Amino acid sequence: MSIIAENLTYIYMPGTPFERAALRDINLKIDEGEFVGIIGHTGSGKSTLIQHFNGLLKPTEGRVVINGMDTTGKELKELRRLVGIVFQYPEHQLFEETVYKDIAFGLRKQDLTEEEAREEILKAVEVVGLNEDILEKSPFELSGGQKRRVAIAGVLVMKPSILILDEPTAGLDPRGRDEIFGFITRIHKEMGITVILVSHSMEDIARLVDRVIVMNEGTIEMDGRIEEVFADIGRLESIGLSAPQVAYLMKRLKTICPGINEKVYTVSAARDELLKHLKGKGA
Amino acid sequence: MINTSITIGQYIPGDSIIHRADPRTKILLSIAFMVVIFLVNSFWTFTAMALFVLLTVIISGVPVKYTLRGLKPIMFIIIFTAVINIFTTGGTPISQTVPFKYITWEGIILALRLAIRLALIIISGSLLTFTTTPILLTDGIEKLLSPFRKIGLPAHELAMMMSIALRFIPTLLEETDKIMKAQAARGADFDTGNLIQRAKSFVPVLVPLFVSAFRRADELATAMEARCYRGGTGRTRLRSLEFTDADVRIAVVTFIFFTGLLLLEYL
Ligand SMILES: Nc1ncnc2c1ncn2[C@@H]1O[C@H](COP(=O)(O)OP(=O)(O)O)[C@@H](O)[C@H]1O
Ligand SMILES: [Mg+2]
Repeated sequence: MSIIAENLTYIYMPGTPFERAALRDINLKIDEGEFVGIIGHTGSGKSTLIQHFNGLLKPTEGRVVINGMDTTGKELKELRRLVGIVFQYPEHQLFEETVYKDIAFGLRKQDLTEEEAREEILKAVEVVGLNEDILEKSPFELSGGQKRRVAIAGVLVMKPSILILDEPTAGLDPRGRDEIFGFITRIHKEMGITVILVSHSMEDIARLVDRVIVMNEGTIEMDGRIEEVFADIGRLESIGLSAPQVAYLMKRLKTICPGINEKVYTVSAARDELLKHLKGKGA
Repeated sequence: MINTSITIGQYIPGDSIIHRADPRTKILLSIAFMVVIFLVNSFWTFTAMALFVLLTVIISGVPVKYTLRGLKPIMFIIIFTAVINIFTTGGTPISQTVPFKYITWEGIILALRLAIRLALIIISGSLLTFTTTPILLTDGIEKLLSPFRKIGLPAHELAMMMSIALRFIPTLLEETDKIMKAQAARGADFDTGNLIQRAKSFVPVLVPLFVSAFRRADELATAMEARCYRGGTGRTRLRSLEFTDADVRIAVVTFIFFTGLLLLEYL
């Protein structure tokens, strides 16, 4: 289940005064089971890029191949089932009378019996950490965080092999954010599906993903493992981004005690590193 | 995904003399244009009017191709009325054989005239919105309507409603696009099936769209009240409209041109 983009260019509204190249000559390959983060400024083309992965947008130039299927081909239905996209503010897409029916929307096109569908829906609801008795409520009477989880369940219920989330925690409080990241990590680990996470937050990216793709003005600026990308703070800053805050702290601390390893990018790793250092000193 | 051919109501930034002219000038001249286009009849005056529109578009700097795009959504109406005209106008048939004996020369000419009139009106109307920001446009309308306040016309409220509507057309189009994509990602299919199935497939788009429109309306109302908006009475403006010599030049040229055409036509 791999994603390949070759010389992908995408232009919005070609032939009008509003013409705009949102992606320019993108080349990338994402393998099965990877957990990839995409970061970049607003307008750098992150959302445009991910919409190519299930054929919602077709390349203006170049091509996108998902698991051997070209997205301009005929297997669009299959493609949409394999690749689940959770859009930014997905709660805005809820429309049914009950949560149950809304989550079931994605299953309608699949040949499932009532029983099988029910089972899938219950599973999806459990994965996102919601209670079963929410199913008969109207989605419009839920809290913001609950709505969002219902919307994510509506994508998970189709059992995608590739799950793409566009800023899934935007506008949530820290607790809601941690819960959502919690089950995303769990899905990735337990079901082994490919996860692509678009995010603004360096902290979240550093904590969750293995590989990060940095986008800038429609091109891929950097692509590599977390340690590689965040080690090059200068380059990140030159395009207006930054490394996780803890990286700056560790850099400063290193000037005081040169013995520590400053190449850590999460708070928990930094704590471990500092404790190790302090213990080493005490002994 | 969504139709990008809906161009009317879109503002295209620019610095042409037409952009700079006062919205009232542009509105009044557009109305004058509509009147004149229904008063002229001959081939040459039509050609002159078409060239006039073309020239205005070129001066405004808006790509000609882009103005023609605005015709796409109403192509159906133009063709439909043309066809009706062709078959229902009495006169000399173009031939005596069966399909053609229902078609008259008069009908064809009438249909052509109507099609050209509609097309030119749409183009000039979209040019008005291409070169005028929605705010200026509604300011202009409000100013033009304000004499009628005396007879109870709510000029300010009308203008405010219009400016809000114009402001939200692009937002709602964008929102529709987003929701359609989100539902398509969940397997919704808007393109196949019969008419009823297709209409039904829009329920998952329309419900969230209405929900969000109501939410936006609510937020806007709160924001306006928070800034002490309470209707038009006693309201002053940050920038008041003023006629400049650009307006004088445009008005004089257009006026001479229209009068000349009408004289040619009717003398
Ligand atoms: N539907 C659209 N129509 C026209 N331009 C768009 C559309 N969506 C995005 N863009 C433009 O494409 C560029 C990339 O946008 P996007 O992919 O949304 O970036 P990001 O998700 O990184 O913020 C931006 O300049 C944006 O203005
Ligand atoms: Mg985005």
